[in-house]
Amino acid sequence: MTSFSLSLVWPEVILAGATLILLVLGAFRGRGGVVFNGLAVLTLAAAAVAAVVGPQGRGFAGGLVADDLAVFAKVAIYAASAFGIVLGDRWLARKGESKFEFPVLILLAALGMGMMASAGDLISLYIGVELHSLALYVLAAFRRDDAKSSEAGLKYFVLGALSSGLLLYGASLIYGFAGSTHFDAIAASVQGHADTGVLFGLVFLICGLAFKVSAAPFHMWTPDVYEGAPTPVVGFFAAAPKLAAMVLLARVLQEGFAEAVEQWRQVILLVALASVFVGAFAGLAQKNLKRLWAYSSIANIGYALIGLAAGGEAGVQAMLMFMVLYMVDVTGFFACLTALQRDGRPMETLEDMAGLVKERPGLALAMTAFSLSALGLPPFTGFFAKFYVFKAAIGAHLEWAAIAALVGSVVAAVYYLRLIKVIWFDAAPSATEKPAVSAQAIAIAAALFSFPVGLVALIWLDPLSKAAAAAFGG
Amino acid sequence: MTGILSLTTFLPMAGVAAILLLKTFGQTGERADTAAKWIALVTTLATFALSVLLVVQFDQADPGFQFLEEIPWFAGLSYRMGVDGISILFVLLTAFLLPLCVIASWKSIDKRVLEYMIAFLVLETLVIGVFCALDLILFYLFFEAGLVPMFLIIGIWGGKNRIYAAFKFFLYTLLGSVLMLAAVLTMIGVAGTSSIPELMRYQFADWLQPWLWIAFFASFAVKMPMWPVHTWLPDAHVEAPTAGSVILAGILLKMGGYGFMRFSIPMFPDASQMFAPLVFGLSAIAIVYTSLVAFRQTDIKKLIAYSSVAHMGFVTMGIFSGNAVGEQGALFQMLSHGVISGALFLCVGVVYDRMHTREIAFYGGLVNRMPFYAAVFMLFTMGNVGLPGTSGFVGEILTMTGVYQASTWTAFVSASGVILSAMYALTLYRRVVFGEMTNPALAQITDLDRREMLIFAPLIISTLYLGVQPDVVFNITGASVDALVGAWRAALAG
Repeated sequence: MTSFSLSLVWPEVILAGATLILLVLGAFRGRGGVVFNGLAVLTLAAAAVAAVVGPQGRGFAGGLVADDLAVFAKVAIYAASAFGIVLGDRWLARKGESKFEFPVLILLAALGMGMMASAGDLISLYIGVELHSLALYVLAAFRRDDAKSSEAGLKYFVLGALSSGLLLYGASLIYGFAGSTHFDAIAASVQGHADTGVLFGLVFLICGLAFKVSAAPFHMWTPDVYEGAPTPVVGFFAAAPKLAAMVLLARVLQEGFAEAVEQWRQVILLVALASVFVGAFAGLAQKNLKRLWAYSSIANIGYALIGLAAGGEAGVQAMLMFMVLYMVDVTGFFACLTALQRDGRPMETLEDMAGLVKERPGLALAMTAFSLSALGLPPFTGFFAKFYVFKAAIGAHLEWAAIAALVGSVVAAVYYLRLIKVIWFDAAPSATEKPAVSAQAIAIAAALFSFPVGLVALIWLDPLSKAAAAAFGG
Repeated sequence: MTGILSLTTFLPMAGVAAILLLKTFGQTGERADTAAKWIALVTTLATFALSVLLVVQFDQADPGFQFLEEIPWFAGLSYRMGVDGISILFVLLTAFLLPLCVIASWKSIDKRVLEYMIAFLVLETLVIGVFCALDLILFYLFFEAGLVPMFLIIGIWGGKNRIYAAFKFFLYTLLGSVLMLAAVLTMIGVAGTSSIPELMRYQFADWLQPWLWIAFFASFAVKMPMWPVHTWLPDAHVEAPTAGSVILAGILLKMGGYGFMRFSIPMFPDASQMFAPLVFGLSAIAIVYTSLVAFRQTDIKKLIAYSSVAHMGFVTMGIFSGNAVGEQGALFQMLSHGVISGALFLCVGVVYDRMHTREIAFYGGLVNRMPFYAAVFMLFTMGNVGLPGTSGFVGEILTMTGVYQASTWTAFVSASGVILSAMYALTLYRRVVFGEMTNPALAQITDLDRREMLIFAPLIISTLYLGVQPDVVFNITGASVDALVGAWRAALAG
């Protein structure tokens, strides 16, 4: 089982190889373009296919795992990355910044995220996290002539480096006390009784990962980075990296520390509820939609963490379903923002959306759907995301946490409703520009998934996520 | 006849699709608006026809659920539909009021007509869905989703303070419902099923029942609304367009009463018995207090809104009376209130469309210029007061008789509500319709036109017919209500 088996990492091989080829090709051509981006999307598709049809097992001395969970996460991650490339293509071209590095960086990030989803020990965990983080730092600062974009990149990098430090420190503590970097070996060492040292390390590790998923109190970077970074990039890193980090967290907690569930559950719950309430209350004061959705994503990560805190198969399944359904909403929402422009200026504030329903009924309906879905109102898929999470939480006797989080969602309802109010009730100041076809198409498709396609797709997603979570049946 | 429930529920969506097609093909302006109105009218009438067919096909002797449909969904959930004698009544009421709403909006809505009609059709689907759903999550889905179209109806087509009212409506209801969601998930977790008929047979543990009851109560009490969480209703009513008020008072409030009868009593019988005094107390306060508040209102719509809260007090106490008389009375009161309060809001709409104010002081002496209107308004005022011969009387006398057996004091206090309701309703009528016409602005006001007569005709007929022939309703509800009360008694006996 623990042999050097290249067949287990076909998706990574494809991604890494194609990325390098594209990098060289781009360096010689000196510019990107539709064809170049198309190749990158095809690479992601090929990697996703390889992940689905490839063999499963453990390889590289247990450092990498290919199982249903990895496949489920990878397909979602690669798909979200592909949408990121498509969104960025037109947007950057319109800004005159269509560079070949853009798809290459997203591919590198996807490679890192894929590794995170497959991590079987602390080393591959760290490599995956760093690989995708570094690519994201650069993507945040992609418009280097734009002061805000550069600021976003710098902030992200400095705080990200800090969190990497925490992560690494935690990993070294765990290694020191447990005597191994492998999750299963760590699990064996915490059996029965977990050392204070190991738990200390675990808390650091959780802090580092909480930063990556932007959970409170490690969320400070999120609004600034979302506001400054190019909109399609935000659409990308509000979705895929969050899922990758959540899957990684699930692996660490459920594979490595399943025995110490009582110890880490309180930490995760604290972080989760803090996120729900910070996201709900701080979002109330936001005027900029990118900042608003930064807080919305903080709150929503809180819900996903509650699923994780519930633990076991049901908890992991709830987290997976929540993240996948939420990813569609958030990608769709930023696709709307990418598509919309007025007088050559991006529409990013609440007031900009005034009367959108008359101007762009399709996009206005889509934004309404995403807002209601993120709020968790039926019949949108966001409701079923929360359905899984709260069902798992109640199943694990965390009723109080579920009720607290539900009340938090009522607070958050105010800002979603305010957006809907501006879109539907107010009068439009002036005409908007014709939206880019690709972004609009993604937005509409995501909205249709949110309702009603998703309701049917659940029939098929439910068993898939159940199989993915089955590894942690405990 | 399988599928007829789904057809009734989703038929309005066909109208939505047709209106969307209009819009997609770039049809705008006067002609498209008229087309949208006709589409909406035809769809709602067809839905009404289907609901009548449902009632005709309904087996009155069978207390269980009929017209069952079941399609498995995911994670153990199902798309389950079915109606019994209790819910079929509300389906009929919804389908009956919707065409009237469309006609009532024919002239008064002049902006964004297409969206308006879409909102009403979507609302109709969701409300009928609430009454037909036999799966907890499906019920919750319809129940919650109804907030959005109502939010838009108040927010887009409402009055001056519409934003505040829309937000208040949404947030109040949402806070109540999330607690219900927590209870719903707990029930699914404990009982291992989300099927409503199965849950009605499931016995929840004694310690759990009160918690679940409270969570459901939080949602239904807001929806109903019961004192002291009724404050969203007057705001929502005042700001909503006429048809919105009709839907709100006529149907949406009934979802609370329906919820009590469908969930609270059969699923948590012990807790319902335990909390019945609380409900009696709140109902009695609601009847007396909101009647007094209604008396002091200067806005016609607000007055009727407060009177709705008072009338809902009769419903809640009837539901928890624990005997068939009270339950029947509560059901009948809901049906009758749906018709009468809807009609009263339409009466307000008639003068509002002409004068664009709802200040009571603005009016006076309308009888001189509007004799037909005065007669119609008189009839519904009498219905609201509960005059024998109108449907309002039947509901009030039955709920009070029922409650008398359970709690004499409550019956005693609530009986005073009948006098109070006569006080505010007749005062309103006198100040608006009788007296000298002193306001010169009213000199040219016109009487009901043919369209308005058309709206009121079915409402008048049903108010009088139900007043003298209430048995048509009791025949439908009888078996199911007996089963409900029987099951409750059996559960209490042990």
